[in-house]
Amino acid sequence: FMQRGLDSQSKKELEEEEKKIINDEHWYLDLPDLKEKESFIIEERSFKLCEDLLYGRMSFKGFNPEIEKLMIQMNSRCKQEEIEVDDKMEADVSDEEMARRYETLVGTVGKKFLRKRDQRVLQDEDEDGNSNTRPSKKAKKKFLKPQD
Amino acid sequence: MRGAVRPLRGGAAMAAVAEDCVGQVVLPGDVLLLPAHLDEEGERLRLGDGAAPRGRLLCGPGLRRCAGGLLVIKCGLLRQRQASGGAAAGGAYWVDSQQKRYVPVKGDHVIGIVTGKAGDVFKVDVGGSEQASLPYLAFEGATKRNRPNVQVGDLIYGQFLVANKDVEPEMVCIDSNGRSSGMGIIGQDGFLFKVSLGLIRKLLAPKCEIIQELSQLYPFELVLGMNGRIWVKAKTVQQTLIIVNILEACEYMTAEQRKQALAKLSGN
Repeated sequence: FMQRGLDSQSKKELEEEEKKIINDEHWYLDLPDLKEKESFIIEERSFKLCEDLLYGRMSFKGFNPEIEKLMIQMNSRCKQEEIEVDDKMEADVSDEEMARRYETLVGTVGKKFLRKRDQRVLQDEDEDGNSNTRPSKKAKKKFLKPQD
Repeated sequence: MRGAVRPLRGGAAMAAVAEDCVGQVVLPGDVLLLPAHLDEEGERLRLGDGAAPRGRLLCGPGLRRCAGGLLVIKCGLLRQRQASGGAAAGGAYWVDSQQKRYVPVKGDHVIGIVTGKAGDVFKVDVGGSEQASLPYLAFEGATKRNRPNVQVGDLIYGQFLVANKDVEPEMVCIDSNGRSSGMGIIGQDGFLFKVSLGLIRKLLAPKCEIIQELSQLYPFELVLGMNGRIWVKAKTVQQTLIIVNILEACEYMTAEQRKQALAKLSGN
């Protein structure tokens, strides 16, 4: 088939023949579109999901303490349907304190990265917020010419 | 197995509503019709309604879906679990059948016996038609240099990663988080024996009286594999054998016979 010395015309003829053959043989699906109702039934072959079976390793009366710990862990996980048990460890810092600290922290760290202009605006805001009695903003410090 | 005996029927398979047959014997070829409201649920969901997907039904072992409902492929009792709220999506139907031969299913925890090593994997006999392969890296804390100490003849408790009918099953001894969570090599001593699959499921049920009564007797350790294998270890050989005999016999004993047997033992 890979003939080098073919004339361009005979090549064209060959190509046309190929296309015809392909068009005849081109298959297309004639099936009707399947309805999507079947997405609601999930097939599975494991009994575990159907019956909520326990974990297979068990130990009784302290024969194997590690397995007894594991039993408690696995079975409680199964019963809660894999919701993670929130082991709320006694936090050293309470939540409220944490929130307070974080609030102030955000401000202080944020200031570090402000540009000079923004810093001034921030300062003005703070001052306005703190004391309403101040009549006007501080005048811009102009360059004082040194007196001779 | 207790179940209402239906009258003999002709050659054609009957179609019945699924909910009516719960707790009854079903035979392969029966078609179980699902309630019609499922169709409505489907349309509602497509319209984008916020209704909870009650239509999501779990079609368990022994059942296959077909046009219009579920097709039964194993004989046994039809069981149902009601649709409950929370994470469990919808109800489930399955056929509670009895068999001794295990067919590997993905996600099942099984006890296997190592029969050989082939390059990077161990060949494990799980009681199925083919031996499962267990890569040596599938243990907790295993690296290429730190190989697990597994010898031929060891017992392994692991779960299936891949289990089709076309492909050799693959086992691993770690879970999806990378922790072993109890899987791996089962220790020395102990006794391994085989029971039917139905008994294993009975023993693994959430409130199993057999296990509760046994646990009052002696301290012992028990590993149950879904492939029908049980491994028991107690302090003395005699205690181990007693537990083995009880577990083997309890499949065919009634509750009273079992209690009598255990009373005799705890009296001794």
